[in-house]
Amino acid sequence: MLSNLGNLFIFASILVSLTLIYNSIKEVNLNNNLISRNILNLSLFQIITVILSFITLLLAFIFSDFSLINVYENSHTAKPLIYKISGVWGNHEGSLLLWILILSLFSFLFLNFNKSNNKKFVLLTVIIQNILSLGFLIFLLTNSNPFAELYPVPKEGLGLNPILQDPALAIHPPLLYLGFVGSSIYFSAALASLISAQQGNNFVKSVKYWVIFSWSFQTAGILVGSIWAYYELGWGGYWFWDPVENSSLMPWFLMTALLHSLLILERKKGLYLWVITLSILTFTMSVTGTFLVRSGILNSVHTFANDPSRGMYILIFLSLMIFSSLVIFYKFAPVEKRNFEFLSKEFFILINNWFMIFFLIVVLIGTIYPIALEVLSQKKISVGPPYFNVVLAPFLIPFLFFLSYGPQSKWSSSKLVGLKKNLIIFISSIILTILFFYFSKMENIILNLIIIFSIYLILQSLGDLYVSFSKKSLNSFNTSGLSRIISHLGFGLLILFISFNSIFSVEYDLNLKKGGNKNIDNFKIKLIGLEYSNENNYSKVVGTVQVTNQNKKTSEILDPEIRIYKSPETITYEASIKSKILSDTYVTMTNLEGSEFYNIKFQNKPFMNLIWFSVMLIIMGGLLKFFERKTK
Amino acid sequence: MKKIYFFILSSLLIGFFYILFFSLKIDKNYDTQNLIGKNISEIELNLLNENKKFNTIDLKKNDFTAINFFSSWCGPCRQEHKYLMSLSKNKNLKILGINFKDDEKKANEFLNKLGNPYYLIASDKNGKKAINFGVYGIPETILINNDMLIIKKYIGPLNSSEVKEILKIVENK
Repeated sequence: MLSNLGNLFIFASILVSLTLIYNSIKEVNLNNNLISRNILNLSLFQIITVILSFITLLLAFIFSDFSLINVYENSHTAKPLIYKISGVWGNHEGSLLLWILILSLFSFLFLNFNKSNNKKFVLLTVIIQNILSLGFLIFLLTNSNPFAELYPVPKEGLGLNPILQDPALAIHPPLLYLGFVGSSIYFSAALASLISAQQGNNFVKSVKYWVIFSWSFQTAGILVGSIWAYYELGWGGYWFWDPVENSSLMPWFLMTALLHSLLILERKKGLYLWVITLSILTFTMSVTGTFLVRSGILNSVHTFANDPSRGMYILIFLSLMIFSSLVIFYKFAPVEKRNFEFLSKEFFILINNWFMIFFLIVVLIGTIYPIALEVLSQKKISVGPPYFNVVLAPFLIPFLFFLSYGPQSKWSSSKLVGLKKNLIIFISSIILTILFFYFSKMENIILNLIIIFSIYLILQSLGDLYVSFSKKSLNSFNTSGLSRIISHLGFGLLILFISFNSIFSVEYDLNLKKGGNKNIDNFKIKLIGLEYSNENNYSKVVGTVQVTNQNKKTSEILDPEIRIYKSPETITYEASIKSKILSDTYVTMTNLEGSEFYNIKFQNKPFMNLIWFSVMLIIMGGLLKFFERKTK
Repeated sequence: MKKIYFFILSSLLIGFFYILFFSLKIDKNYDTQNLIGKNISEIELNLLNENKKFNTIDLKKNDFTAINFFSSWCGPCRQEHKYLMSLSKNKNLKILGINFKDDEKKANEFLNKLGNPYYLIASDKNGKKAINFGVYGIPETILINNDMLIIKKYIGPLNSSEVKEILKIVENK
C-alpha cells in the first residue's frame, strides 16, 4: 500500500516538474512583468507531492512496514523511534529522497521570496532548478527507489548499521544536505543571471542569504559529523582527512570564497564573473562529492552499498551539468574590467579567495590523485593526514595574518590603516606565545608561528568586538561587522585550540586483565571490573577503568563498552569519555581473542570542547547575518 | 582567446570524467593475490634483538620459507600462533618472522609466552618494509621457494586446512 502511494507521489512530482518547466519556458518571453499565479501554484503543488512522498516513507519506517525493501534492509522493530526516523536518511535511497525534498523546498521558497525580482531571471532559475529536481527524481525512480516492494513480506528487518545509531548522526545528513542543496539555488541563479543578463543587484540580492544559509549549515553539518567521529568511531580523533570528509570540506572552501567575494559584487559591482564561477563550482563540487561518496569508488561508512550503476547515473548527470554550465558561461559571459587598488579591502578579499582556492586544490588533489593513479597505472596509494598537514599548515600562517589585517583595510583605497595598533597587537601575541613556549618547551617552528598568528587574530577580533560594542552608534557599518568579527574570532580560536590539542594530547596503549593496573608517566590505569549484560538490541561488556592522575591527585572512573549488536550482527567499541571544559579523558576497550586480557587505549585530549565551541562561534557569525538586515 | 580557454577547460574536464568513468569499473576489493608467481624483491631488514641487518636474498638458502608478519598487539596473531609452532617442526620449511609496528620488549614477551616458531626475526617498526612485500594487514603469511618465487599468500590468520596445504607443498618438493 505505502509502496504504491509513494510511487504515485514521486510520479506526480515528475509530471508537475515537467509542467512547471514547460509553463515557465512559455512565460519567460511574455512581455508582462509579473510571474503568473499558475507558476506559483504549480510550484506549491510540486512541493506538496514531494513532502507527501517523504511522509509516506517516514510512516513506513515508523510503523516498520517491511514490505518495502528499503525499510526491511535498514530498520528493525526493536529500534528506538528516533533511529527509526533517522533510518529514513540513513541509507542511499532515503537520503536521495531527502535531497529531493530539500531541493524542491528551496526552489519553492526562492520563487516566493523573489516574486518581485526580474521575471526572466527568476523564471530561468526556477527552470534550471526543476531540471535538477527532475534529474534526481528520475534517478530515484529508475535506479534507487525507496518504495521498491518486497514479497513475501518479512517479519523482521535487518536493522540500521549500529555505528549510525547516534543522535549526532541522526541530524548530520539533514544539516549537510541543507548546505549541499542550498548551493543548488545559487548554481541555478548564476546560470539564469548569465542568460538573462541580470548582473547587478538583482542577482546578489536573491542569492546572498542563500549563500550564508548554506554556508552556515554546511559548517554545522561538518561539525556534527566530526563530533560523531570523535564520540562514536573510537579512535579519539575528530578529523581524518578521509576522502568523504574532504568531499564535504571542498564545497565549504568554495562557499567561503563566495561569501567573501559576494561582498565585493554587492558594494563595488566588481568580480561578477568570478562570483558566477564560484556559484557554479560550489554546487558542481557538491555533486562531485556525492558521486565520490555514493558510487562506491571510496570505501567508508558513508558508502551505503557499492553499485556502479548509481555512480554511472550521477556521473552522466554531473557531466551534463558541468558541460552545459560551461557552454552557457562562454556563450553569455559579459566582458569585464578589473582593476583593484593594491591593499584595499577588495584586494584582501581576493587574497582570501586565492587561499580558499589553494586549499581546495590541495584537498582535491589529495582526494582524486589516488583514484587517478589507480586508473592510469593500477597502483594503489593512500594519501593521509601527513600530506594535508604538511602542505596546508605553513599556508595557514599568512592566511591568519590576512584574516586579521584584511578587515581593517578600506574599500577602494590603498592606504594602510592602523599600523601602530596592529604592531602593538602583533608584538603582544608574540610575547604571549614566547611565554607559553617557555613553559611548555615546544620547538616546532611552524606550530609556533601558527599559534602567534592565531593569537594575533584573536586579539584583533576581541579588540574589534570591544569597539563595536562600546561605540553603540547606529552606524550600520559597525553592526554589520559583528557577524564577521564573531566568525573570524571563532576561526582564530579554532586554529589555536587545534594546535594546542595536537601538542598536548597523550595516548597510551596497554593490555590489562581484570584487576590489573599499570603506571605510565604520571597516570595510573586500573581495570577494576567487567560486567556483562543484555540490552534491547545488543549485549554488552562494560569495563570499569580507574584513571588516576598522580601529579594532580585526582582520579576518575570510566566505563568503556564493547557492544555486540544483534541486527545486523556487529561488534562496536563505545569509547568512554569524561569531558571537561579544558580536557577530555578518553578510554576505549577491545577484547583480545583467546585471552583474558583487554586492550585499553587511554587518551588525554585537551580543549576538545573548546574546538567544538570555536566552530559554533563561526556558525553563529554566519547566522547573525540574518538579523543584521533588520537592524539596518 | 575565449575559444582557447574553452577548449583547454573542456579537455581538462573530459580528462577528469575519463578518470572517474574508469574508476567505476575497477574492482574495489584490495587484492594482492596477483603477486603469486612473482618474485619477492631484495629487501634489507633489521633483525629484532640484534644490531644486524638481513637481506631477503639469503632466503635462497632455504628450500621453502614462510614469511610471517606478526605483532604482539594483534589478536588474530595469537590465534594462528599454534599453527606456526607446528609448521616450525618441518625440516623443509623455515619461518621468517617480521615483527610489525611493535615494541621490542612486548614482542619478546609475546614469544616467551607462546613459543618462538621463527628461525629469524626481523623488525619492521614503522610498517614501511611490509609495503614492499605487498602486505595488506596482519597477520599475513607469504610462502616462497628457493627462487624467491611467491607460491602462496595467506591474508589473515592461518587455519588448519591452510597448514595442511602448506605442508603438502613443502613435502612434495
